[in-house]
Amino acid sequence: MSLLDASLVDWSRAQFAMTAMYHWLFVPLTLGLGLIVCIMESLYVKTGNEEWKKATQFWMTLFGVNFAIGVATGIILEFEFGTNWSNYSWFVGDIFGAPLAIEAILAFFMEATFISVMFFGWKKVSKKFHLASTWLTVIGATISALWILVANAWMQYPVGMEFNPDTVRNEMIDFWSILLSPVALNKFFHTVISGWVVGSLFVVGISSWYLLKKRETGFALKSIKVAAIVGLVSTILVAYTGDGSAYHVSQQQPMKLAAMESLYSGQKPTALVPFGILNPAKKSYKDSVDPFLFKIEVPSLLSLLANREMNTFVPGIKDILDGGYITQKGTVALSFDEKHARGKAALKSLEDYQKAVVAKDTAAAKIHKAALKENYAQFGYGYIDRAEMMIPSIPTVYYSFHIMVMLGFYFILLFIVFLWKQKSIEKQKWLLWIGVLSIPLGYVAGQLGWVVAEVGRQPWAIQDVLPLQAAISHISTYSVKITFFLFLILFTALLVAEIRIMLKQIKKGPVAE
Amino acid sequence: MITYSFLQHYWWFLISLLGGILAFLLFIQGGQSLLYSLSKTEDEKRLLVNALGRKWEFTFTTLVTFGGAFFASFPLFYSTSFGGAYWVWMAILFCFIIQAVSYEFQSKPGNVFGAGTYRAFLFINGLLATFLIGVAIATFFTGSDFIVAKGNITNQLAPVISSWGNEWHGLDALFTVRNLTLGIAVFFLSRSLALLFFVNRLNNEVLEARSRKFLWYNAIPFVVFFLIFVIWTLFSEGFAVNQATGVVTMEKYKYFTNLIEMPVVLVLFLLGVVAVLGGVIGTWITPKFKSGIWFAGVGTVVTVCSLLLLVGYNNTSYYPSTNLQSSLTIFNSSSSFFTLKAMSLVSLFIPVVLVYIFIAWRSMEKKRINIQDVNEDEHAY
Repeated sequence: MSLLDASLVDWSRAQFAMTAMYHWLFVPLTLGLGLIVCIMESLYVKTGNEEWKKATQFWMTLFGVNFAIGVATGIILEFEFGTNWSNYSWFVGDIFGAPLAIEAILAFFMEATFISVMFFGWKKVSKKFHLASTWLTVIGATISALWILVANAWMQYPVGMEFNPDTVRNEMIDFWSILLSPVALNKFFHTVISGWVVGSLFVVGISSWYLLKKRETGFALKSIKVAAIVGLVSTILVAYTGDGSAYHVSQQQPMKLAAMESLYSGQKPTALVPFGILNPAKKSYKDSVDPFLFKIEVPSLLSLLANREMNTFVPGIKDILDGGYITQKGTVALSFDEKHARGKAALKSLEDYQKAVVAKDTAAAKIHKAALKENYAQFGYGYIDRAEMMIPSIPTVYYSFHIMVMLGFYFILLFIVFLWKQKSIEKQKWLLWIGVLSIPLGYVAGQLGWVVAEVGRQPWAIQDVLPLQAAISHISTYSVKITFFLFLILFTALLVAEIRIMLKQIKKGPVAE
Repeated sequence: MITYSFLQHYWWFLISLLGGILAFLLFIQGGQSLLYSLSKTEDEKRLLVNALGRKWEFTFTTLVTFGGAFFASFPLFYSTSFGGAYWVWMAILFCFIIQAVSYEFQSKPGNVFGAGTYRAFLFINGLLATFLIGVAIATFFTGSDFIVAKGNITNQLAPVISSWGNEWHGLDALFTVRNLTLGIAVFFLSRSLALLFFVNRLNNEVLEARSRKFLWYNAIPFVVFFLIFVIWTLFSEGFAVNQATGVVTMEKYKYFTNLIEMPVVLVLFLLGVVAVLGGVIGTWITPKFKSGIWFAGVGTVVTVCSLLLLVGYNNTSYYPSTNLQSSLTIFNSSSSFFTLKAMSLVSLFIPVVLVYIFIAWRSMEKKRINIQDVNEDEHAY
């Protein structure tokens, strides 16, 4: 068998990351705008006020333009698990495939069925039937997010499964522990609600533009009121679930937390660095160069956030690779070398088990199976030769995380000010401009969140079990390069078209609807 | 009692049913491929686009569900076929990306590329997606060049479970004539179904008359190519699996034997074919008959479903390899008992899904669509 080209992993990652990032440009707006549309239509049905209907229809038009392209990028993501991550698809398909299938059966058809009523049914069905269809479309979109996020959370924190050496894959043994894993639930709420923030910023920003242009004043004020309330509540919830996410990261993926904080050597207690500039001279986790050029510290806060206790130890990158510290569970952390040795042993046991099965040597097979089970928790380390491979890109993860958090606090402030200045908002030109200019920041925060989650867990496809190089498909690098650029060109062209259509619709305004 | 084998058969049945529904819903693609030839004026074109545009998401969603269900129930197929036949699947996906935005974007001002480009995208999707899906499904009968070696996972330098045997990565399916015949048959089937759909849904005498006329040019090639594929397949060698050892061998008339040994499938297959032909012929000979789409639609679902049952059941490899022992069967490629059981519980919701689709569809389709409806609809494409 030919060896795999090392750049194949990078190109496969690049293609998947690019598709996911494009997808995540459209999905949050679908979720956020969808909720706001539902609220506005509910107000219309309750009050009978035609102004609410006009607002609903305007935002629904933008929802429709955005929805189609989200669907287009979504189908590619689903199939790329097979086309580019073929080993992965078999190795964990027994667990990962199930949420995807459930998503398709329970959520996609709900969206596909009721979106047609939502767009074309205004004159064909009753008001209440239409309202129910709008809600069901948005609920369908949200449920579809649930299942894919459950699958993603499982990759970060694999639970409810057992490795079967006969089929050479992980098999599900507890569906509910996968669905109700605390990482999955937290990830779902954090991600979906962050979409509500994007939708709120979008509505506030565009409504602000109308006020600046002294157009559609009544519509814009109504829209700002709804969106600023949704935005404020959502941002506070995102901050709360974000704290939960970081806690789970600290417990399950300590390397990711260390990268998020650029923490090389842990202390007891450990300070939080809410703001800092990284030192580019820091080249290795082994050198003694200070990782920061400048930093502001809050004593003990990282210990509190990561372990829910002030005077506790938070491991840094060096601690994680060298091992030997006492974990929160009270066990002694293994070093990378020890994990690597166990991973190698697990791989060897699997190989020996397979040989024993072929030779029909049941006694030997039993011994090798037991040895494999003993070391399986470190199975993926068997593929990783150097400790340095365990460290994700620190600047990427660190800055992404810190900018995302700063943006989160900025959004809270922004929505508070919009609500506070509501009565005189038409005169607050500076605030209206800030509203307009803040629209892209919601997208930036969402993208950075995914960068933290996904780059931060490198080199793993499945945490501790399957590294990327063991997850990819056996195809030529040039094939992936070609499809990468084809997707890039196509997605970019469609994005440009979408933005222009949106701008035209916004210029046209709700009156012309 | 629910056994592992029962669940494997149950999930192959669901995959087959989804495959049948997908084949029926490809009428959207068929209609797109007729955009330029069936309509002569802009109003007619717009009417066709809007009639199809209210249903396109069902085809798209069924394709996604087909993929998701395959991933969940037979993950080794997902990893082997998608990762191996890379170019065929990528080509199909490209066809669907360009479709997804085209309905929504084409009539919107500022769409950059102009309505003509988006309609061309719909046409390409109609032309290529149907043909390529047909070719891809034909490989279920004719085989592909791949190797599955699960033991390779312990090879740290190349831990590859499934490998394609040549550099064509799926495009090699186009070099097999029998695959092409099914591709062409699916293409003409989708167009025939679209024409029956137009007869049923459009309130436009000109387009209805033209659809009835076009049915001749499309249903006849469909029947010819379909018969070539079916007869060729039934009387060729098939990929048989020894139930006890799992060893795959070539067996003469395997698919014909399967038909005989599975009389229920045989009856379904014949009823399906009769229903398709009945829908088509009825529309030809009776000018007032507009329900051909329902006969031909149900017939398509049943026929395709029974063809897929033919290739998955009765100790047959549903995704055969020219390296025989790498061939995939419903037994060696399925998810675990636990996963299949969990998903089977979820599948009990399918009737609920069908009921709300029916209710929503009915509420939206009380009367046939005409150009006036399109012009009055604020969200029309």
